Amino acid sequence: MSIGHTLLGLLESGPRHGYDLKRAFDERFGHDRPLHYGQVYSTMSRLLKNGLVEVEGVEPGEGPERKRYAITDAGITDVAGWLGRPEKPEPYLQSTLYTKVVLALLTGRDAGELLDVQRAEHLRLMRELTQRKRSGDLADQLICDHALFHLEADLRWLELTAARLDQLAREVRG
Amino acid sequence: MTTADPLLNAAGLHKSYGPTPALDGADFSVRPGEVVAVMGPSGSGKSTLLHCLAGIIRPDSGTVHYRERELSAMSDAERSALRRSEFGFIFQFGQLVPELTCTENVALPLRLTGMGRREAEKRATGWLERLEVDDVRHHRPGQVSGGQGQRVAVARALVTGPRVVFADEPTGALDSLNGERVMQLLTDAAHDTGAAVVLVTHEARVAAYSDREIVVRDGRVRDMAGAL
Repeated sequence: MSIGHTLLGLLESGPRHGYDLKRAFDERFGHDRPLHYGQVYSTMSRLLKNGLVEVEGVEPGEGPERKRYAITDAGITDVAGWLGRPEKPEPYLQSTLYTKVVLALLTGRDAGELLDVQRAEHLRLMRELTQRKRSGDLADQLICDHALFHLEADLRWLELTAARLDQLAREVRG
Repeated sequence: MTTADPLLNAAGLHKSYGPTPALDGADFSVRPGEVVAVMGPSGSGKSTLLHCLAGIIRPDSGTVHYRERELSAMSDAERSALRRSEFGFIFQFGQLVPELTCTENVALPLRLTGMGRREAEKRATGWLERLEVDDVRHHRPGQVSGGQGQRVAVARALVTGPRVVFADEPTGALDSLNGERVMQLLTDAAHDTGAAVVLVTHEARVAAYSDREIVVRDGRVRDMAGAL
């Protein structure tokens, strides 16, 4: 999962201190793996260097929790590009896709569109594997089937999420 | 996939059952030789779309053109004749006639067009061989497995040389292995004969046999070719 894009997405709803960013990230996406301050610090430094965020104010002291960050126009464009690009289909994508869906809802973007684009990308790869399977030997068939079943599981998750978008939007927007 | 003109083209289809809209401005097209998967959640309007495209039901508004002809401008008899001669149908549960043998089931569409029994059954046997079920040609549907029955249903759908095959969840009642085999045989046969296939399915692995997919959601069609 791209921590940089996720922190940028969280900043879209308004400027935050480094500490607030970490807390918002951990609450929404870091149940199993909360962020370290070091990660927040290094990520914000990189985003700052690339012009994707700017420092709106600084309180006395050291570290990112003292700085108040705001997303720049270039940062907003970067988040939009990330949300609009489908992930490379592979098993265990759910955490990235879940993050993207939640951020799309939080920032008022079309989460249904995001899911549709991802599902098209999954099916494109499933078509390729099906073609390979049809012209391959038994070993090819078994290898392709393994990948196809995993991708199908992802697609089921995409369908289920699409069906629950309204409910998720209500919960996310509180 | 070909770049030819659409064989079947639907625009702005609306269809309601009482106050409930099943189709709400649906568009669709399929080209000769193309296999299009129609996907979407239950109750999204997939089957209603298929029935409108096949001329089985009339939409409340909107048009369906098969080649140059508008389906809703045709009489019921004309549409029935069109379905017999140009379209083939495969359903989830074969829907074979239980009193007839598998050969007689496959020959039935040809007999309905007036073809003699000997010639019709000869052609039917050829299709049963192609679908790898000629060993059950003398059996009745109740005596064959689900996978065999569905292959017989595919043979019956293709025996008249249809331009469009409508398949509504054709593997829905089959296990994975039989489902895959039916899809291979169906799409191979369709590609060889140049028939277009409109394939309603909720299974992604079945849809992966198509050239492209559309998604029906709340009675509207999303063409996924434009999603990337």
